[in-house]
Amino acid sequence: MQQSYLLSILTFLPVAGTLALLLLRDEDHLWIRRLAMTTAVVEFGLSLMLLRGFDAHSTGYQWEEFRTWIPQPPIHYHMGVDGLSMFLVLLTTLLTPISILASWKSIDQRVKGFFICLLTLETGVIGVFVSLDLFLFFLFWEMMLIPMYFLIGIWGHGRRIYAALKFVLYTMFGSILMLVAMLWLYRITAVAGYPTFDVAQIQSLLTSGTVTLPLHTEYWLFGAFFLAFAIKVPLFPLHTWLPDAHTEAPTAGSVMLAGVLLKMGIYGMLRFCVPLFPDAARHFAPVIAVLAIIGIVYGALVAMVQVDLKRLVAYSSVSHLGFVVLGVFAFHAISIQGAVYQMLNHGISTGALFLCVGMLYDRRHTHLISEFGGLATPMPVLAALYLFSCFASAGLPMLNNFVGEFLILAGTFQKHAAWAAWASLGVIFSSVYLLWSYQRVFFGGVTQDKNGKLPDLDIRERGILVVMAALILCMGIGSTFFTRRTEAYTQNVLQLMQRPQAYNAGGAIVPGAGVNPAAYSSAAFSVKSK
Amino acid sequence: MFPPIQDLYRIAPEIVLCGFGMLVMFLSPLVSKARQGFLAGVALVGAALALVATYFPLTQPGLAYSGLFRADSFSLFVHWIVCGAAFLVILGSIHYLKRDDLDAGEFCALILFATAGMGVMAGAHELLTAFIGLEMSSIASYILATYRRDAPRSNEAAMKYFLLGSFATAFFLYGIALSFGATGSTHLDLMTPLANDSAHTLLKIGLGFIFIGLAFKVAAAPFQLWTPDVYEGAPAPVTALLSTGPKAAAFALALRILASIDAAPPLWFWALWVAAVLSMFAGNLSATVQTSVKRMLAYSSIAHAGYILVALAAAAATDHPAEGIAAALFYLVGYAIVKLGAFLIVAQLGGPGEQRVDIDDFAGLGRRQPAMAACLSLFLLSLLGLPITAGFLGKFYVFNAALESNLVWLAILMALNSVIGAYYYLRVIVVMYMREPAAEVAAEPVPWTLATVLWIAAAGAVYAGLFPGRIIDFAAKAALNIR
Repeated sequence: MQQSYLLSILTFLPVAGTLALLLLRDEDHLWIRRLAMTTAVVEFGLSLMLLRGFDAHSTGYQWEEFRTWIPQPPIHYHMGVDGLSMFLVLLTTLLTPISILASWKSIDQRVKGFFICLLTLETGVIGVFVSLDLFLFFLFWEMMLIPMYFLIGIWGHGRRIYAALKFVLYTMFGSILMLVAMLWLYRITAVAGYPTFDVAQIQSLLTSGTVTLPLHTEYWLFGAFFLAFAIKVPLFPLHTWLPDAHTEAPTAGSVMLAGVLLKMGIYGMLRFCVPLFPDAARHFAPVIAVLAIIGIVYGALVAMVQVDLKRLVAYSSVSHLGFVVLGVFAFHAISIQGAVYQMLNHGISTGALFLCVGMLYDRRHTHLISEFGGLATPMPVLAALYLFSCFASAGLPMLNNFVGEFLILAGTFQKHAAWAAWASLGVIFSSVYLLWSYQRVFFGGVTQDKNGKLPDLDIRERGILVVMAALILCMGIGSTFFTRRTEAYTQNVLQLMQRPQAYNAGGAIVPGAGVNPAAYSSAAFSVKSK
Repeated sequence: MFPPIQDLYRIAPEIVLCGFGMLVMFLSPLVSKARQGFLAGVALVGAALALVATYFPLTQPGLAYSGLFRADSFSLFVHWIVCGAAFLVILGSIHYLKRDDLDAGEFCALILFATAGMGVMAGAHELLTAFIGLEMSSIASYILATYRRDAPRSNEAAMKYFLLGSFATAFFLYGIALSFGATGSTHLDLMTPLANDSAHTLLKIGLGFIFIGLAFKVAAAPFQLWTPDVYEGAPAPVTALLSTGPKAAAFALALRILASIDAAPPLWFWALWVAAVLSMFAGNLSATVQTSVKRMLAYSSIAHAGYILVALAAAAATDHPAEGIAAALFYLVGYAIVKLGAFLIVAQLGGPGEQRVDIDDFAGLGRRQPAMAACLSLFLLSLLGLPITAGFLGKFYVFNAALESNLVWLAILMALNSVIGAYYYLRVIVVMYMREPAAEVAAEPVPWTLATVLWIAAAGAVYAGLFPGRIIDFAAKAALNIR
């Protein structure tokens, strides 16, 4: 029973850390940094316990916690993880200490506030991933906006206030409609006699056919949920907040934003949109896939012409996350598996790119590509590690993104060959924009005198990037370590998409439901993922 | 003939409030200018004792004075809101009065009288009694609005408030007269139309006038035009009171009428719907372009009246109004506590004469006065409806009630308005934390009295946002006992 508090501890430990931070004096920068770092590292260590005790074969939730919270309407404090959320929690707890380390020197104004925001953000994000009650989920989902808002708005660059406000307003617009949809869903369960906000319960009510949603209601509910998540991902054409937020955010903010916040959108789709409203999901899948493909190609093309390095990486996120959305809405066991894995990969490799760009910014206080050139001479170590991250992001075999993209494309191809064909354009473009920008920044002669004497990475920065590079390599080679644990979830989500009435209808309107997920055996899987 | 003792029990809070109001008035000439704090202390005791005195109606619920007044859990709930608001406003304005050299005695006495009036409105079970309560609270409010006698804006505010308020009461009174003609009674439970042809029409017109009168009082569009000027011109602590207590009392009366008169819900439903939508949009859209925080908060009150009207519309649209009523009550609690806190902060930061209430004057507050900035941020976030604050749960319950009554569009319009609201609430937070002040200003120390109020308000907002169980339970009980 000791373990059953683990998720609560994981969620609220960072907040406890912020309370401890409040006790320190404002000027005591070193101890503030140390305390924040200790909290984050302890948090990461604790989160590894999830991995250790995880049962890879179980499709249910693990480390569940269930307590009554608000009696009317019945809202519970219900937490739990499965293969999908466990790795996302781990990704969060990993990227937080890395972000703290990355901001060690670059943040010297209002240090205490910065780390309080960062740790509060961690609580919010972990809360989102482990909540199994719609209300609790929404609470964390909205709560995490505020620290991010401050991170961009106070410690950001240039047009930070505009970017911060845009980020919050976009997200709120989607999420407030999601709240209405949540309550609507609750109403439907209440009318059926099982009032609940509990995700697992709603899921079983819907899967068993105890509660049936009229098709139009399902469309609306799906739309409201999907809009909130699509803004977060962000899916083309809702992506316009992302380049601004990324460009203006401090490095740690960008890493957290790209690394985990965007994943919350995909997570939401996989946890709510697809399994709760499968008919609507199938109905809208072609539209969503087209948008995702446009996002892949458009994001890549726009990234190509950026003059700002950070904006380039931001647009590359639009492109990469298009892949993930495509993988989810291809409804194929392998493509979903790839999408889940690609979320983690993107967090690591794009995180690494943002860290590299942040290190350049720390030295030159600019993101403009034209300000750099020939940096490989003064900074060989950064050049090497940057190149490694570029390769990972471009999907070089043996590195992590390759596995994810391959699984997505392989799975999608089996269902919709054309989608996969168009999407694979993005893979080609990604090497173009990444390598071209790399060439302009690092190769050739040193174009500006200021750049000639830039110091190379110090031990802290090397440590950060080496950890990232090691993860990139490990996740590229040892992908089965991850896919084995997410497989049960992937199989399960396809099963959850099936409804009793869908069978009765003869499967005419539900092309995806006829596919038996068990056909893709785990053996075939592991071979492919290597 | 002396009334039975139970009747006195049932109006115990009003007796205490009026008694202490008179005591303060009596003591006022005897206390020197330097010791005005003493008078405020007496008034504080009065407000606190009024809260304690709700114990009597709690244990002895029922009708009093042959059905004129009704003590039940609904009226108690509203009593707690208005008495609590009075207590916090008095406590929070002690320093303000001293700083701006205003008399504490009359100020506190008027607040107590106004609160007694609101209490009467909350418990009224007969329309003329309600009218008396309305007038008691209004007349005291008119005087309070002009309390900074030598400030032209304060006078302008009071004049507008008085003229338009008189119109509103006239509408209200005329509505009562017509309804009486149609039903032969002013007792809420006896108001069924008489058996003749014109009675139905007459009752409709009467109820329509009553609605207009109440809409004026709660600052609902299209009867909201007085609100920004009055809220901006009145001394900020008075605005804190005006935007909470009278609003709660007027909403309570509207809820009571909705629940008690069978003809009211179908007639009022569309009026409520339209007023809710108009108020939300008028309040929110106007608030986005304000440069004064005080005026912005005034427009936000209009928007919040709209949100509460959504709950009322939800209650009017169904045969089981309990959910809508409970949602409105819960919303009122959460709204009152943060709105009050926000206006008191404005009162403090405005400095002598309230010269510095523009948004730009708040620049750099996050550094200058971190605790004040944090409190104001919390209040604004609660008004915006972000989770773990009372405002979020208030919205949550209102959404829930609206969907229960199948008012999906109303819920969606309300959701969109929340996003508009986000823009202007966050703008203040932006300025406080992310912009540097144009000129360095010395931070005025926060007096302990105000600090206490702000701590109570902040703790209340978070408590109601995290553990709403007890409050919503009691609100649900109140909603069931309303008739």
